[in-house]
Amino acid sequence: MKRCYYFPGCSMAATGKGYQQSIDAVARKIGLELVAIPDWNCCGATAAHTMNERMALALPARNLARAEQDGGGMEIAVACAACYSRMQYARQAVLSSPEKRAEIEAIIDMPCSGSNPVISFLELFSRPELMEAVQAKLTKNLNGLKVACYYGCLTSRPSAIARPDDPENPMQMDRIVALTGAEPVAWDFKTECCGASHQVDAPKAAQPLIHRILTNAREHGADCIVTACPLCALNLDMRQSKIMETFGGDYALPVYQFTELLALCMGVHPRDFGLHTHFTPAVGLMRNALKKGGDQA
Amino acid sequence: MEECLNARSGAELANSIAARAGVKLHECYQCGKCTAGCPMAHAMDLMPRQLVRYMQLGRMEEILGSKSVWLCASCHTCVERCPHSIDIPSLMELSRQAAKARGRVGVKTVDMFSGIFMQNVKMFGKSHEALMEGVYNVTTGRFMQDMENVPHMLKNKMVGIEPHTTNNPEEIKALIERALEMGGEDA
Repeated sequence: MKRCYYFPGCSMAATGKGYQQSIDAVARKIGLELVAIPDWNCCGATAAHTMNERMALALPARNLARAEQDGGGMEIAVACAACYSRMQYARQAVLSSPEKRAEIEAIIDMPCSGSNPVISFLELFSRPELMEAVQAKLTKNLNGLKVACYYGCLTSRPSAIARPDDPENPMQMDRIVALTGAEPVAWDFKTECCGASHQVDAPKAAQPLIHRILTNAREHGADCIVTACPLCALNLDMRQSKIMETFGGDYALPVYQFTELLALCMGVHPRDFGLHTHFTPAVGLMRNALKKGGDQA
Repeated sequence: MEECLNARSGAELANSIAARAGVKLHECYQCGKCTAGCPMAHAMDLMPRQLVRYMQLGRMEEILGSKSVWLCASCHTCVERCPHSIDIPSLMELSRQAAKARGRVGVKTVDMFSGIFMQNVKMFGKSHEALMEGVYNVTTGRFMQDMENVPHMLKNKMVGIEPHTTNNPEEIKALIERALEMGGEDA
């Protein structure tokens, strides 16, 4: 039905494995063909732009160049917030001036015209065409489940690069997840930063960020968090129990990727995308929600 | 390596950083919206608003010696809400690079992590989360950090042992070297 390039990013082979499996499952169900960019490389993430601007643009630009080699101008969908941001930066740099483009081409040693638009997975899935395709494949629902859709920083900001529907109150994920019958709650920390790599290199300073996000979600009645990024999910999920203990929090919120909820409601077996491998137990809530929700009307 | 900036060289550096960030420093009227929304402000020694003020005054010493430029998470909340869209994350980043070029590293672990991350990419063309964390722990002496999660990751095969590289990692290594050879302008 729809075909586009796909940039998975490095996390998908490791901690994002379940996310990748849920993406594959949903794509199969709705006939979405995701063509991995041939021989893609790391986007450089935060580390590259911290150190050197040219390196930070050249690494993702090489991926753009690889994608445009077939000349089709096919869109590139990106499933990780940071990879998405870096790919957008690179594309906009290439398009900004012939000089910048020439400089980047010299570094990557390949032509790069920025011909292929870069879109986030949230943008891809919130298009009417995809929403309808998803809707048509849902066999179960999560009626009554309250979810806090967490967008984080880089799918929302800077808005000139990320091009969200609304940088302060994005709704794309809310709309997608609502297809399952789950009820997205209105909350304050949708686009607050999870601390990203500072959870590793400055944990004392960064841990309060996670505590605040989870506390706010719970205060607004959420049963769980839903994300669209492997690192956001890892930070909120893996670090949760320790942070809850350190700060005396009271949340215990399972963290799902939005594609996991879609896959579940399409009848994909949770083992097939590793629901049992989450750090914060995630199977029980879904089992109960599916039982309560029943089949799609 | 440490070098002191006087009023003149400080102002020159501030202006050059602002120009590269596309920022007109005089546009900041110190409303403080940046600081109000900054998720890392609680840990910073120089608030984002103060960073811009010090740059207006050409007082780069305070900035180069700060922890703040290393703690900025590049979340872009400040610039998004700034009435003049002043690109504070870029000011932070270029100041950090200027500090590093002068041998001044306000938060060593942050600098080490970036270095290890890029070494990883240089070696494989892709990054390996587990390898990175391991090297980081050994380098920083924080041997036990996040180790409680390792059994879970091993059990669920979230730690990749299979090769995960680009077809020709040498190509990425060369790319990174070419970019770095072009320098960081006057950082």
